Amino acid sequence: MTVDTLVLGEVGDGGLDPITGELIAAARSLGGTVGAALLGRDLDEAARQTESYGSDAVLLAENPALDGSSMDAYVAAFEQVCRHAEPRTVLVGKTPLGQNAGPRVAFRLGAALAQDCIALGRDEASGAVVAERPVYGGSAVAKVAFTGGGPGFIVLRGRAYEPPAPDPSRTANVIRVDAAIEPSDIRVRRVESVSQEVEGVRLEDAAVVVAGGRGLGGPEPFDRLRELADLLGGAVGASRAACDAGWVDHSLQVGLTGKSVTPDLYVTVGISGASQHMAGCSGSRNIVAINRDADANIFRDASYGVAGDWQKVLPAFIEAVREFVS
Amino acid sequence: MPVDIIVCVKQVMDPEIPPSAFQIDPETKRVRDAPGISPVVNGFDENAVEAALRIREQVGGTITVLSVGAAFAMDVMKKPLSMGADELVLAQDDAFADLDARATARVLASAIGKIGRFDLVLCGRQASDWDNAHVPLGLAELLDVACLTVAQGIEVVGDGVVVHSVTADGYDVIEADVPALVTVSNELGEPRYPTLRGIMAAGRKRPTTWSADDLGIEPEMLEPGLSIVDLYVPESGGQVEMVEGEDEADAGRNLALRLREAGLI
Ligand SMILES: Cc1cc2nc3c(=O)[nH]c(=O)nc-3n(C[C@H](O)[C@H](O)[C@H](O)COP(=O)(O)OP(=O)(O)OC[C@H]3O[C@@H](n4cnc5c(N)ncnc54)[C@H](O)[C@@H]3O)c2cc1C
Ligand SMILES: Nc1ncnc2c1ncn2[C@@H]1O[C@H](COP(=O)(O)O)[C@@H](O)[C@H]1O
Repeated sequence: MTVDTLVLGEVGDGGLDPITGELIAAARSLGGTVGAALLGRDLDEAARQTESYGSDAVLLAENPALDGSSMDAYVAAFEQVCRHAEPRTVLVGKTPLGQNAGPRVAFRLGAALAQDCIALGRDEASGAVVAERPVYGGSAVAKVAFTGGGPGFIVLRGRAYEPPAPDPSRTANVIRVDAAIEPSDIRVRRVESVSQEVEGVRLEDAAVVVAGGRGLGGPEPFDRLRELADLLGGAVGASRAACDAGWVDHSLQVGLTGKSVTPDLYVTVGISGASQHMAGCSGSRNIVAINRDADANIFRDASYGVAGDWQKVLPAFIEAVREFVS
Repeated sequence: MPVDIIVCVKQVMDPEIPPSAFQIDPETKRVRDAPGISPVVNGFDENAVEAALRIREQVGGTITVLSVGAAFAMDVMKKPLSMGADELVLAQDDAFADLDARATARVLASAIGKIGRFDLVLCGRQASDWDNAHVPLGLAELLDVACLTVAQGIEVVGDGVVVHSVTADGYDVIEADVPALVTVSNELGEPRYPTLRGIMAAGRKRPTTWSADDLGIEPEMLEPGLSIVDLYVPESGGQVEMVEGEDEADAGRNLALRLREAGLI
């Protein structure tokens, strides 16, 4: 079966990844038929969940080699699903899977790709798909149109679209694509996975994030941020400058090349608000900034700010918060 | 085993320029060169040069730096040489202005074909101008070699390469046989500063320059797959409410009060 738009769904340990619903919502906005590809093992449950999001077809590529040990297996399988479904447009998420399989399969098909898109539409006159994407670290936004012929690949930023409300009564045409993965397809193998224990709430899921930057001057002040985050039931984040300095682990980095967060409250301390940092937090409902430079860029995006030295502002702020929450 | 490394390096506008110097030409829908501000080597590409130097220190070999573009600032492009790379190859042609990612990967692949032998191709994870983050993945496909992404560490072991690839909460250890392409991230660590000796040695080196003709590149290979319909500076969030007080500590307390009134804490 062929579809107009194919999305690359994702399955994690806890079932279907939310990006799948976001991709389906984005694909729906383009009109035409929508298919969702799922790659892995034992995909029946994930397929049912995908159907509930309202895609016309679910294309399953099941193979024992799709066990997470090699990206190459996913690239090979996704290429076959794309060749089977012959989509005009392919949507993948800005995730490790999407950012690897999307471009590699696009090149195998000779297709063009637009990275890190935040909104999709169609050109009224030509009907060509048009995508909006921040460029130059977010200093500018480009609208790009797929005009070169052949399918167009789009990498969609997380949380750019709301997933559709799942409706278990929806059904789709479930197709099994016989994805052959040859030993010669596998060139890169994962031998080990090392991950940091996350204390408390995960940064990506936190309703409150307290983030520190170069202005903190060292690792110790992050203990104060942790104290504040604990009071508010939140998580600690950081700018790249603070991570690169070795004050905190790189897994705390928020931004274009770090994590994307969308908390209700994002408190920054000693962060200048470079566009590459804001790319990861501009979806926050409220941004609060403490920065001693009243002209800092962060105040252009913040809803509340204090222009002052954090060494004086922060202790009093934390004490007052402590009173309120106890 | 000594390895021959090609590092792909892009010349970009300095990403640290003040927002006031960032201007778009509405006619051409391109970012204007910021007057008086020198371009730079893309940051992640400096990390890739650093990775190459560390590998050469470990196992020996050669480092060739390769760049595609229409015009280069030679003092900028010589920085990787002054850091310690052996050679600089410039694929330079007016036809290489404003290439999209697909065309860029094709030119890089042609140039690498002309360079000939290599064990490793190192790239930055992303170029800070168009943030395409997929030229290297396409290049790996065109070269038909293993592709390992977002490295915070690279080690050559025997005929293979072992990469620590950054993940959301740590890293994966992934490995492949050479030839392979690896993209490098800032987690690898600060690129070294050029030494005076390095700068002098780089000054004496002449880049090899190849045109589209030299590379056998046909105009169709450079056809864009994407056209830029619009390019604009986004509007910023809106109105900030600055909270004040008798002194800075008082402002901190007032901030907490204000956030409680707004129902945020
Ligand atoms: C391709 C690319 C990708 C990038 N990706 C990311 C990313 O994902 N995430 C990210 O964060 N960055 C990223 N960056 C880097 C980004 O451009 C900035 O360099 C970085 O965000 C700056 O971090 P900062 O705000 O902590 O430091 P700075 O810009 O140095 O700001 C420090 C701030 O602290 C303030 N300050 C100093 N002392 C005090 C004090 N005592 N009290 C109060 N305030 C004080 C200063 O006024 C200043 O505003 C990227 C850059 C590039 C080129
Ligand atoms: N014009 C170019 N010349 C040399 N290398 C490039 C060029 N464009 C991209 N690259 C390489 O590809 C990486 C990712 O770039 P991009 O996909 O454009 O974000 C860069 O960090 C470089 O290593």
